[in-house]
Amino acid sequence: MTACYTATAKALHWLMAILFFGLLALGFYMHDLPLSPEKLQLYSWHKWVGVTAFLLIWLRLVWRVTHRPPALPASMSPMWQLAAHAGHLVLYVLMIAIPLSGWLMSSAKGFQTVWFGVLPIPDLLGKDKELGDLLQTIHMVLNLTFVAVIAGHIGAALKHHFIDKDDILTRMLPAKSRGN
Amino acid sequence: MKRLAIALACVLPGAAQAVEYTQVQAEKSAIAFTYKQMGVAVDGRFRRFSSHLSFDPARPAAARAAFDVELASVDTGAPEGDEEVATRAWFNTRAFPSARFVSTGVRALGGNRYEVSGQLSIKGKTQEVVVPATFTAQGNSGVFDGSFTIRRGDFSIGEGSWAKFDIVANEVLIKFRITAAGK
Repeated sequence: MTACYTATAKALHWLMAILFFGLLALGFYMHDLPLSPEKLQLYSWHKWVGVTAFLLIWLRLVWRVTHRPPALPASMSPMWQLAAHAGHLVLYVLMIAIPLSGWLMSSAKGFQTVWFGVLPIPDLLGKDKELGDLLQTIHMVLNLTFVAVIAGHIGAALKHHFIDKDDILTRMLPAKSRGN
Repeated sequence: MKRLAIALACVLPGAAQAVEYTQVQAEKSAIAFTYKQMGVAVDGRFRRFSSHLSFDPARPAAARAAFDVELASVDTGAPEGDEEVATRAWFNTRAFPSARFVSTGVRALGGNRYEVSGQLSIKGKTQEVVVPATFTAQGNSGVFDGSFTIRRGDFSIGEGSWAKFDIVANEVLIKFRITAAGK
């Protein structure tokens, strides 16, 4: 039997991969733009997708806790297994911390987030310029960290596939599924 | 005349409250606004304005109000917004440094509610506006509260790429609290 993730786990993984690539690209692109209607529009879209990702990550966490992922191959040394688990833990922490920092930043800067222009997300903080600037820095540092860890994540998956020639990468691909 | 008024105030019980409110207290007054961008309400304000006011609750029809708002003192809620709205597409503060409201009439609506008609001039364009306001006496001073909605398009505020209202809405809610000392 080949160990494999559930179809739901795979769907969440790849859906969030797409969302995060989009959010990262949009985030790095939009923040240097001069003020324009397009900039305001892009900021709103970034926030809407960010809220969506923030909701999905909780769903994903619940799924992760209730559906044990396949074990790492025995060919991996204990140190590398620990490193893999630590890397995944950091990814989960960042996937929560990054949207949270964006949400708090929006509140502190005085721009409430209204999901898809319809559902207002409550402001957890009052308007505070210094705090807003601090949260902006935090949001950026967390995202740069996220980019670095994602690069490690992708690099590790490719190394497993092409160098170690194990099933770490393929077991996350849509083709093979054990149901659910 | 003033002495006569005081003498009358002592004699006539009904006239005892006849105070005319004229000294606007800037530190207790505010002119703010709320605009919507992408469906999100954002609060802003003007830091500086000057005013001339005379209001006697006993004679509301004789009341007068004039406000000059220094547009460059705008706080749009974001520093880059403050720079943007000073430009020609928005307020064009170099050519039109202030917005002006001059009352043309005040109508008592009963209770502490009033309706102030006047002319609002921004960026070389003048519109008739009707402003509902309440008046509350607080010790020796009086507080006027109210709000009204203008359409930024009526004043060409936000031209060119901002002229469409899909990102920044046309309606802008103007809110004010004016505190004036009586004499």
